Amino acid sequence: MSFETITAFLAMGGYATYVFASYGLTALTLGGLLLAESRRHRAWLQRQGSRRRSEEA
Amino acid sequence: MWRWFHQWGSPKFFYHRSGVLIPVLALASGLILGAGVFWGLLIAPADYQQGESVRIMYVHVPAAILAQSSYAMMAVMALISLIWRLKIADAAVQTVAPIGACITLLALATGSLWGKPMWGTYWVWDARLTSTLILFFLFAGVLALRNAAGQSQTAGRAASVLAVIGLLNLPIIKYSVDWWFTLHQPASFTLTDRPAMPFSMWGPLLMMVVGFYAWFFLAWLIRLRHELVKRERRSDWVQQMMKQ
Amino acid sequence: MKLGAMKPQRRNRLLLILGLVGGLGLALTFVLKALNSNINLFYTPVQVIAGEVPMGARVRAGGMVEAGSIRRSDGSLEVAFIVSDLAGAAFEIRYTGILPDLFREGQGVVATGTLSQDGVFFAEEILAKHDEKYMPPEVAMALDATRQDPLQP
Repeated sequence: MSFETITAFLAMGGYATYVFASYGLTALTLGGLLLAESRRHRAWLQRQGSRRRSEEA
Repeated sequence: MWRWFHQWGSPKFFYHRSGVLIPVLALASGLILGAGVFWGLLIAPADYQQGESVRIMYVHVPAAILAQSSYAMMAVMALISLIWRLKIADAAVQTVAPIGACITLLALATGSLWGKPMWGTYWVWDARLTSTLILFFLFAGVLALRNAAGQSQTAGRAASVLAVIGLLNLPIIKYSVDWWFTLHQPASFTLTDRPAMPFSMWGPLLMMVVGFYAWFFLAWLIRLRHELVKRERRSDWVQQMMKQ
Repeated sequence: MKLGAMKPQRRNRLLLILGLVGGLGLALTFVLKALNSNINLFYTPVQVIAGEVPMGARVRAGGMVEAGSIRRSDGSLEVAFIVSDLAGAAFEIRYTGILPDLFREGQGVVATGTLSQDGVFFAEEILAKHDEKYMPPEVAMALDATRQDPLQP
């Protein structure tokens, strides 16, 4: 471990805002894009399913 | 070898065969990125002059590398689309542009967050930063042209032409720190020289680069498969698949 | 992939695109060469000494902070130091304000401000420019002790 205590880790040598904001943005971007892709695909599949069901009806 | 290309060029073949890659890439990217963040944020040492802010390197550098690589990939797909008129290549261009744009923004944002404490500013118009901003606008431009006239062929072709021409920006980004006086420092990580840092630092960096690439291919694959199914929704194989 | 084996339309498209990109690349090279001085972010000590810096205009100039040249005044944030290219050219920078964390002797700086008639650069902003080498503090301290660079073969 590079840090002695959790407090030291959270302080990040004074650069906490910058470091955690960077990692946070990264997590949001990488995670967010994946989530958006999966959701969009599933939503489209559902719309196709309901459209077909209404056509068959 | 041509036969291999022809096979994978068919949307149906590609869709059915690529499905297995999704869980593999999901697991790989999750594990590698998780381990990389743990290594970089908690175990790797601070830098003798940059202190703990050096840990931003472990997200900024992979994002920057990926921004440039993904553009190169998009340009190659655009070239294939223009010359061979392959639908799947066209879909590849359309689907990679938004991902590339987001990653470029991430590289710029994390770079700003690193620059403020270290250089003393969030932004400066030096050659490296400016050409990377241009990279973002190129991605945005390809996206805009694509969506301008729906799925028309002209929109697709214009977008692909822009993608290929924008390739000229890549050597500028890469060599900007060598050709001109910039605030951004020269490369620490090249394919040929020894890295200007010890293993305790280039280890997590390399791991994060690999993790970012795994994530990228996962995101692109999901998007591309969605696009292919959408485009081919009237074909037999899609109709069959949806009935299941 | 043999060019001769490609269908003529495809070969023509390829050649057209290559020609377009090649031509644009050439044009871009000339444009960048012409704009060279404008693309550089800052004037170097050599350029400052040679009188290439327009007087009174707000520009950027930079270099390495010379060891032992930093002079601060008591009670105020005024600081003066010499900046050089480690090859003979040097000029003085005067600045009032808080300096970046990384500012110290042997470090690169980029100053924004104006050059006065007597060759002193009055800075409104100082940015720190660091190199591409990274190392843990212990390694750096060991370096100082032995004055060797562990990153050299």
